[in-house]
Amino acid sequence: MFFAGKGTMSKQLIIKPEKCVGCRTCELVCSFGHTEQFNPCLSAVTVMDYEQAAVSIPIMCLQCDEAPCLKVCPVGAISRNENGAVVMNAQKCIVCKMCQNACPLGNISYSPITRKVFKCDLCDGDPKCAKFCPWGAIEYVEPQEDLDRKKAVAESFKEVFGEGA
Amino acid sequence: MGGWIGKLLRVNLATGEIKKEPLNMKAANDYVGARGLGTKYFCDEVDPNVDPLGPDNKLIFMTGPLTATAASCSGRYEVVAKAPLTGTIGAANSGGHFGPELKYAGYDGIIFENQSEKPVYLFIHNDIVELRDAEELWGKTVYETTDMLNETCGASFRVACIGPTGERGCLYSGVMNDKHRAAGRGGLGAVMGSKKLKAVVVRGTGSVTVVRPEPFMDAMADARAKLKAHPVSGAGLAALGTEVLVNVINESGALPLRNWRDGAVFDKADDTSGERLADTYLVKNKGCFGCSIACGRVTRVPDGPFASFGEGPEYEAGWSFGADCGVNDLAAICKANFLCNEYGMDPITLGATIACAMELFEMGAIPEEDIGFPLRFGDAHAVVNLTEAVGKGEGFGEILALGSYRLAEKYGHPELSMSVKKQEMPAYDGRAIQGMALEYATSNRGGCHVRGYLTSPEILGVPLKTDPLETEGKPALLKLFQDLTALVDSLGLCLFTTFGIGLPELSAQYREAIGSDETDEEILLKGERCWNLEKRFNIAAGVEKDTLPPRLLREKLPSGPAKGKVAELYEMLEEYYTLRGWDKEGVPTADKLEQLSI
Repeated sequence: MFFAGKGTMSKQLIIKPEKCVGCRTCELVCSFGHTEQFNPCLSAVTVMDYEQAAVSIPIMCLQCDEAPCLKVCPVGAISRNENGAVVMNAQKCIVCKMCQNACPLGNISYSPITRKVFKCDLCDGDPKCAKFCPWGAIEYVEPQEDLDRKKAVAESFKEVFGEGA
Repeated sequence: MGGWIGKLLRVNLATGEIKKEPLNMKAANDYVGARGLGTKYFCDEVDPNVDPLGPDNKLIFMTGPLTATAASCSGRYEVVAKAPLTGTIGAANSGGHFGPELKYAGYDGIIFENQSEKPVYLFIHNDIVELRDAEELWGKTVYETTDMLNETCGASFRVACIGPTGERGCLYSGVMNDKHRAAGRGGLGAVMGSKKLKAVVVRGTGSVTVVRPEPFMDAMADARAKLKAHPVSGAGLAALGTEVLVNVINESGALPLRNWRDGAVFDKADDTSGERLADTYLVKNKGCFGCSIACGRVTRVPDGPFASFGEGPEYEAGWSFGADCGVNDLAAICKANFLCNEYGMDPITLGATIACAMELFEMGAIPEEDIGFPLRFGDAHAVVNLTEAVGKGEGFGEILALGSYRLAEKYGHPELSMSVKKQEMPAYDGRAIQGMALEYATSNRGGCHVRGYLTSPEILGVPLKTDPLETEGKPALLKLFQDLTALVDSLGLCLFTTFGIGLPELSAQYREAIGSDETDEEILLKGERCWNLEKRFNIAAGVEKDTLPPRLLREKLPSGPAKGKVAELYEMLEEYYTLRGWDKEGVPTADKLEQLSI
């Protein structure tokens, strides 16, 4: 881990849809961790279910390095914290929803009930979605660990093209 | 209000009146929720002698205090009514996502009263609750109905509905939700159909809270960790589904073969096993709301005469269409199971009814012209075709829709219905698993495995291994399992959690959710209270006494580890009644009812 400097190589959330069973435990622990309420509408992670394709995909903010939400916020309510999470300051936020419109991934949510915008803040460096996902469909890992996926793809190439294939 | 919303919907289908009323918190505390609380409301409001398909039967949907929380497997709700198949109290629960959505919409439950003149569905979007015309939906399958309602109301709405069989009053039609999940047993779909209520559609954006958030989180995390660590709830069910049981039960000599006629060892069982399913048609596994077990199967038969796509089969359906009919064609079993989901039928009763018809035909009791073709054991095409015939209400399907008891009675052999209180027993032979024999005989909703699943200790050794061929100790064990199961069902959790956690973990989550300081024993007593209330209802309703089909009591198993055994019911029954504090006829004594404050 050569570059594990603060803020530069923060851990990141990785989703593995092939492991997701669509149970939405992530939605529950997210909303509860932030609001002490069980309410999928107050969760920063949402599981999308595609019945015919037989796949479920958890979607949440992946903390873009070049975060449009942070850039577009007119009152400077959005910043990056020491965990690398792009976070909102509710005191400064005027709920103009510019960030919601700027996010190309739709990962800023607005609750008509609380009348607030909210997003994933990585739970102060211990994201509950990853912690409680029973299946490892959401993981919180060092960026290097993502090489695992490349390796998995490479392995399949090896099987096709390698010696004795 | 921890765990609860504190509000119920009361819908009079004859007048169209919809009332929002406060939840009876005394009853909620006494009976926990879901199964117990729904039954309490039902027993307080309905005459036990009511006609199950008449206007005075009520249909109750009830969630539990843990439904919609992050407690593992908290997706369940209970449907309660007097069951048309059995005439007993009918209580069936289902997972998926419908139950939690109802709570998020702001309601702990719904009580449906009376009957509508024309087809309707109940639309719920938070505060907006209205009965809507369902003329276009009437006659549609579960899948069609769900898709049409999602089209009309929005993709985020959750749908519970009946299929065409519920509309026609099929005695084992279920209430289906999220397409593939069923409150399946006893014919509660027919009750819904008799009310001309096609569906309940719900979307909620509200919250559920608990009284002690941090301790609840700790209790929930502890339970989840234990569920993950256990080989059954943490690995076996996810990898192989409930069909993991096929080979295990068969090797125990307890997989009933050909309407239980030919013993309980099937030489072709492995063809229908969870392992085989994983090797062939399994696409992926799936979990209900909040589930950390994920036994659900998404399956696709890609080609051939049974090409199809859906969810399942579960072990019991795999057996009823499989070994019970002498069939080892897994594609046919998948197809028949999907048809049950589509048309809204209980596959246990349906498969067992076809098996009963096969035996009746082979012995010459049903003439071929009644069926239209020779119906013999092992005919996979017949199983699928007859399943479809019941679904569509065509030909011999109309007779099969009565269930095996009424079928066998019609053809002069009621003793060949493998049912208790007119409900078919599932896939565990009580001659080879003595504890299950007692469970079938005493279950409050007729032949059923999920009222006190003694297969768990008897075969799987969870939480401790007992000898399935012995009767000693079984009455006490069964009483404990039945009371604990009533508690689990009432909490709004899935019974499968009990493979990995027990009373301490269940009680801890309950206490922190509702803010109680009751002991584990006081909480378990609420399960016993539920059981006794159900029993009292059944006695008042004139339900027949606790017994088993004569085949189990008299015909010895011809082979396997339990060779030579019959169900030794009467070695166990009296002790069971004594332990329950009931009299020799199985009637709860006044003392017992007083002790339980019933």
